[in-house]
Amino acid sequence: MSTDPKYVPRSQVLPLDKALEVVDSLPGGGIILTKVEEVLNWGRAASIWPLTFGLACCAIEMMQAFATRFDMDRMGIIPRATPRQADCIIVAGRATIKIAPIVRRLWEQMPEPKYVISMGSCATCGGPFYYDNYSILKGIDQVIPVDVYVPGCPPRPEALIEGFLKLQDKIKKEPFLRRRITNAAAAQS
Amino acid sequence: MGPQHPSTHGVLRLVVTLDGENVVDVQPDIGYLHSSVERMMEYRTYLQNIALVDRGMDYLSAMANEEVWCLATERLAKIDVPERARYIRTIMLELTRISSHLIWLGTFGIDLGAVTAFLWAMRERERIMDLFESATGGRLHHVYFRIGGVYEDLPDGWTERCAEFCDYFLDRLPEYDELLTGNPIFLARTQGIGILPRDKAIAMGASGPVARASGIAYDVRKAHPYEVYDRVQFDVPVRQEGDCFARYLVRMEEMRQCVRIIRQCLEALPAGEIRAKVAVTLKVPKGEVYARTESPRGDLGIFLVGDGSDRPYRVKIRAPAFSNLYALTEMMRGWKVADVIAILGSIDIVLSDVDR
Repeated sequence: MSTDPKYVPRSQVLPLDKALEVVDSLPGGGIILTKVEEVLNWGRAASIWPLTFGLACCAIEMMQAFATRFDMDRMGIIPRATPRQADCIIVAGRATIKIAPIVRRLWEQMPEPKYVISMGSCATCGGPFYYDNYSILKGIDQVIPVDVYVPGCPPRPEALIEGFLKLQDKIKKEPFLRRRITNAAAAQS
Repeated sequence: MGPQHPSTHGVLRLVVTLDGENVVDVQPDIGYLHSSVERMMEYRTYLQNIALVDRGMDYLSAMANEEVWCLATERLAKIDVPERARYIRTIMLELTRISSHLIWLGTFGIDLGAVTAFLWAMRERERIMDLFESATGGRLHHVYFRIGGVYEDLPDGWTERCAEFCDYFLDRLPEYDELLTGNPIFLARTQGIGILPRDKAIAMGASGPVARASGIAYDVRKAHPYEVYDRVQFDVPVRQEGDCFARYLVRMEEMRQCVRIIRQCLEALPAGEIRAKVAVTLKVPKGEVYARTESPRGDLGIFLVGDGSDRPYRVKIRAPAFSNLYALTEMMRGWKVADVIAILGSIDIVLSDVDR
C-alpha cells in the first residue's frame, strides 16, 4: 500500500461511465481542464520512439527488451529505423572513436525535442574498456548530451525499462512548450 | 550502406558498387567496433582475461570465448580439467550455440520481413537465459568458466529444468519449419541466392555453418575434439547448395543436434570435483599454444604466447566471423541489391567478433 496521500487504489477508481457522469455534472459539462503543456507532455511521455541503433552487447539486451516477455511496445516504446522519426537514441554498447562522429550525426538528424539514453557501462564511461585501450571512447557523453544513464554490463531488460520510466518522468516535468516559445522569441529579436 | 542500417547487425559499412539494380562489387569497411582486445589481454592476468573475452569477442556466444581462452591456457599450463566440469562445459557450450542461432534466426526473419520469427525466437531464448542466470548469475556475460574447471556447481534442479527445456525446444522447432521453411516468400528470398561454391569457400577461409552449407564437412568438434565431444554422438549437417537457404537449413539442423548433445551429457553427467586446484595468480610457463574450438560462427582459435609471468605475452584471436565476412564479396557479386540484405543476414556476423 502506498504512503502517498493522493494514491487511489485501482479498485476505488470510478468506472469510465461513472467518471463521465461526474464530469458532465460539472458546470460547462464534459470539459476537462488541464494545462496544454501537461497534455502534450503526457502524450509525448507515452510514445517515446527510440532509434534502433545497436553498437555491441547491450544491443542484444535491448532487442530482448523489445521482444517477447519484456515487450516495451506496451508502454508505447516502438523502435524506429530512421533518426528522422525517432525521439530518443539508445546508445547501447561501447562506442569507438571511429563510430563517434556517426553517433553525433545521427543525433543531429533527430528532430527536437530529443533524448539520449546511455545504456551500459561502456557507453557511460568506457566500462571494462577504460584502461590500456586506444580505440574506445570513454563515455558517449563526450559526443552527445545524455539524459538517462542505465548502469550494468550489460543492463538487464528490466533496467532499460526503468531507464525509460525515468525518461518519462523527465518528459512529464519538462516545460517544453514554454521553452520553445522563449527560444522562438529570442530567435526573432 | 551503413554503418547505421537496421539490417547490418551492428556497425558494418558496406561500400556497394551498383549497376542499376545489380551488385558489381562489395567492399566491407570494418573497424567501427574495434576494441583493441588483443592488446588489452596482454595487460591482464589469465583469470581477468576470462571477463574480457566475454565482452571483447563474439558477445552472442560468451561461453564459447571463455572456452577457447581456458582451453589455450590449460594446454599451455598443462592443467587437467575434472570430468564433471568437462560435461558442464559441454552442456553450456551447446546451450550457447542454441541461443546464438536463435538470435540469428530472429534477426534473419526480421531482415526478410518475418517479424513473428523474431518474437518466437526470443521467447525460446528467454528460457535459455533463465537457465544461464540460475547457473552462472549472468544473462549475457557469464564469466562462468575458470581455468581448470567452472566457477560453481550447477544449482539444485538445474539438470531437470535443462532436460525440460530440451523437450520444449524440440517441440517448438517444427513451428519454425511451418513458419519459414515452407514459406514461399522466404524461399523466394533465400533459395538459390548468394551461392558460395565449395572451392571459393575454402579459398576464403570460411568456416562453421557457412562452410558446411557449401559442402565442406568440417567441424572442429569432430576433427579436433575438445571437452567431451569425442564421447557424444552427433551428426554434422552438410548441404551442397551453398545458398542462403542451405545456410538456414544447416543452422536449424545444428540446433537439433545441440539438443541431442545436451541430452547425452545430462545423462552421463558424473559427480565429483568441478575445478582443479589452480592458483588465482596463475603463472603460465614459457611457450606457445594454439587452441581451436567450434563456436556458433565457426572455427574460433586463440594463439597464445606465454612468457612465464602471470600475464600473456601475446594473444592472437582467429575470429570466424572475420573470415566469413571475406567471403561476402564473393557471395554478393552479381545479385540484386535486395539480395544484399538476405546474404548478409545468412552469414551471421557479429561485428564484435569481426573487429575485436
